[in-house]
Amino acid sequence: MARFVVRRLLVMVAMLFAISLVTFLLFIVALPNGNPAALIAGRLANPAEVHLITVRYGFNKPIWVQYIKTIANIFGGTAYSYQSYFNVDAEIEAGLPATISLALGAGVIWLLTSILFGTLAAIRAGRYTDRVLTVLSMIGVSMPPFFFGAILIYYAGYKLGLIPLSGYVNITNPAQWLWHLIAPWITLSILFVGIYSRILRSTILDTVNEDFVRTAKAKGLSQGQVLRRHILRNSLVPIISLWGLDLAQVIGGGAILTESVYSLHGVGYLAYQSVSHLDTVTLMSIVMLTALAVVVLGALTEIFYAFLDPRIRLQ
Amino acid sequence: MSAAAPLLQVDDLRVSFATEDGLVRAVDGVSFSVAAGEVVAIVGESGSGKSVTAMTLMGLTRGHNARIEGRARLGDTELLSASEHELQRIRGASIAMIFQDPMSSLNPVYRIGDQIVEQIRAHERGISKSAAMERAVELMERVGIPRSSERLRSYPHEFSGGMRQRVMIAMALSCSPKLLIADEPTTALDVTIQAQILEELRTLREQTGAGIILVTHDLAVVADIADRVIVMYSGRVVEEGTIDELFYDPLHPYTWGLLGSITRIDRDRSQRLPAISGLPPSLLNTPKGCHFRPRCPHAFGRCTDDPQLIARVPDNAEHLDRCWLELDRKRALRVVGDQIGLVSPETVVS
Amino acid sequence: MSLIDPAPAQLTDGGLPAELIAEAAEVGPGVGPYQLAWRRMKRNRVSLAFGVLFLLIVLLCLLAPVYSHDIAHIGPDAENYGTIKVGGKTENIVSLIGIPIGPTWELGHYFLGADENGRDVAVRLLYGGRNSLEIGAVATLITMVLATICGLLAGYFRGLTDGIISRVLDVIWAYPAVLLGIVLGTVLEVHGLGPFHGTTLLSTALVIGFVYIPYVAKPIRAQVLALREREFVDAARQQGLAHVRIMVSEILPNVASTIIVFIPLMLANAILTEAGLTYLGAGVQPPNPSWGTMISQGINNIPAAFSNVLVPGIMLVLAVLSINVFGDGLRDALDPRAKIRLGKDTASVGELSH
Repeated sequence: MARFVVRRLLVMVAMLFAISLVTFLLFIVALPNGNPAALIAGRLANPAEVHLITVRYGFNKPIWVQYIKTIANIFGGTAYSYQSYFNVDAEIEAGLPATISLALGAGVIWLLTSILFGTLAAIRAGRYTDRVLTVLSMIGVSMPPFFFGAILIYYAGYKLGLIPLSGYVNITNPAQWLWHLIAPWITLSILFVGIYSRILRSTILDTVNEDFVRTAKAKGLSQGQVLRRHILRNSLVPIISLWGLDLAQVIGGGAILTESVYSLHGVGYLAYQSVSHLDTVTLMSIVMLTALAVVVLGALTEIFYAFLDPRIRLQ
Repeated sequence: MSAAAPLLQVDDLRVSFATEDGLVRAVDGVSFSVAAGEVVAIVGESGSGKSVTAMTLMGLTRGHNARIEGRARLGDTELLSASEHELQRIRGASIAMIFQDPMSSLNPVYRIGDQIVEQIRAHERGISKSAAMERAVELMERVGIPRSSERLRSYPHEFSGGMRQRVMIAMALSCSPKLLIADEPTTALDVTIQAQILEELRTLREQTGAGIILVTHDLAVVADIADRVIVMYSGRVVEEGTIDELFYDPLHPYTWGLLGSITRIDRDRSQRLPAISGLPPSLLNTPKGCHFRPRCPHAFGRCTDDPQLIARVPDNAEHLDRCWLELDRKRALRVVGDQIGLVSPETVVS
Repeated sequence: MSLIDPAPAQLTDGGLPAELIAEAAEVGPGVGPYQLAWRRMKRNRVSLAFGVLFLLIVLLCLLAPVYSHDIAHIGPDAENYGTIKVGGKTENIVSLIGIPIGPTWELGHYFLGADENGRDVAVRLLYGGRNSLEIGAVATLITMVLATICGLLAGYFRGLTDGIISRVLDVIWAYPAVLLGIVLGTVLEVHGLGPFHGTTLLSTALVIGFVYIPYVAKPIRAQVLALREREFVDAARQQGLAHVRIMVSEILPNVASTIIVFIPLMLANAILTEAGLTYLGAGVQPPNPSWGTMISQGINNIPAAFSNVLVPGIMLVLAVLSINVFGDGLRDALDPRAKIRLGKDTASVGELSH
């Protein structure tokens, strides 16, 4: 088991570097002269200044040297954004509270809602409730989050004044914090609820046909016991593991669209900014952060999975 | 067999399912009884309705697209119309069932001990967890699982097929059922393990006096353990009798086919096994008249009328069959070469 | 609360489920799986209805040049800051503070209103639809073709080939999809890559198509890996058939249903992604119209005329919804008992554009 975990970690570390390298190379291509000196110097800089910066920061060194230096900076906490001059770590840290609030809140909401909807749809499969829930799920996955966000902001926010129009408030002010997050939570959740509830419904319907469910009924267990202890217990396992992975992606800046439309200046938003400003260093850091989050949460999920399903432990 | 009131009495059981393509008549008027301490085998091929019959007794086929009619009395409880609540009390306690594939019949994420205890505690509310665990250990020992107190903590996938089936039997016995239904209990197992499982069932019957319904397609299993046999085809009973009657005086062509297609040591190996020609019948559009007519080489004019299941042997009211042929014709036609079998028209033996 | 009924599958004695036996009996021998699927498809009227709806939308948009003249007397790019007569009154198309007029519901001028540049929304909706759908289609094509090739090669040859392909796919997959999209989109826009300079519609389609390759390639690879172990592959090898021949004639037909099921999924996804990328500025660039640009511009101008957000948005959702419903029905028809495959190798696809 330990070897398994170690191997996986090594693979993911290798991937971390691969991703950062790819990002680095892509941006080298995109930047004028292949280096960010012009960016750092600012718009009104003259060629002499640009050259000075190039030499000072070592942008004229071979690419692999630059790459190593950048990675060293990132890990050492001394990487500075090409665009804003701020320390990248500090910027990411500043964005984390918003993103984590968004991710965790939405994560809990969408998981619980999906379990509710999925189970309901499965129990009433083929009947009215199921059809309605299926339609809702379908719409949920067909709607771009920023469109839904815009609708919420316009009708609930602008017209009815029910929600704030944008921004993130620190948790030190709990009421405001909550109020500002409700709409983003709902927006981010809609998509996931659509997907997860259908997966759960499908898994439950498959599980119901399993032989061990038949055995459970034959043992004389009540309907509730069969549902909870056998059907749900077995059906939830795949959902939970998916949830871990998705949560990791959102924390690592995957919810760009939602953060943008609500002006939540989280990690996702930062990532988006760094792309449009060709800020290689920041983007690399964020990308590696995402991959790290995916690794960690993925590993945690796998361990949890093994805990839930003993057949896996043997591997 | 009718000295005491039977343990289970089934009368005219009919089960149909409404599917997209029409009504599937899985069980079409089945009646039989089981006495305490008796082993009744229900034999038939896939689609004959034998499993549906067994599962209906437990109420496992109820659903909004299922139509269940008839009567099935266990003691003084009418099973078919019992409420879900009543059925829960009966399942696992008065009637227990073991299924075909022990691999998939046990929940893979719970330990064996927990699964046995779950059943015990569902029926004996007051019992403590540790007392239930002790019972589980005893049960496992009883069915021949070694080191049972250790193995309590094992998961299903850590057992072999035979052991898993023993676990299923242990679970089934946990609340001392009066009736045990075994649905193809040995089909998924090796032949050697098969013998062991059947031995368990035999012991069980002797020790507890429970009645056993054994659903199978394997006549060898029947020969080993059954007292009486019911042969089903296309949702109906086509022959019913004691084991001797069935093996030595079978009276329905389908039964001849089943017997004839067994590989036997004493048969001349150069002879081809007479097989039952044709395909299993569609339960959707059942043929008019005798359901076996399309595949029966001895069909004649009368067969377009539905034959009744009645006793046709004088002085034997217990041996029933559903075939229009005269008794003497039957006894003559069923012999192929020097064995019992079902002849197909192309291989008429003089 | 009634618990779920056991499916008819459990209720026949072993072997095939009742419905499949019944179906086969009715249809007769010699009917292949695709004909059976088509029959099942025909019974799912909701799914078919949405499929037809999608076709209508496609037709509506593709044929725009033909009849757009009847809908609006100007083209999709024509800006107009003048005035028009609406219901007898003369109004500014775009008011002094930048608020464009809403839908007039009169064919011929500004049926669905104007945008902030005075352009006719109805016409732009149709032309934009063409662009969005085209991008979606091309992206889907790219994804499916490349993913199939990768999946086949990796699953069939295994070993080093699989190692390399899988690692590359993993790297692409580990990059959050939208992020990768905007990175590639931005790089292409700023610098270009070989022949693809700037952001044409094609380059957007390429980016989208590329990003989703791993999501399809991994399941295909998994299926090919399993199929490869089956006897008919060994039999074909024994016959001395070349690898390519085996892949195409033996394995490919068996993954065909997986591929078919993925197509509508990917198409829906591509259209949604185009909208997302465009909103973030890395997709379709002005003045090219697309549903994405229209929604983005509409959002930027809230609270001016919300209809400019609603109209393209609803159209987009309708299109994507119909593809999804139809795709769902398609999947049910091809394999009525298909589990939605789960596992870390195959992310559920819809969550990709968030």
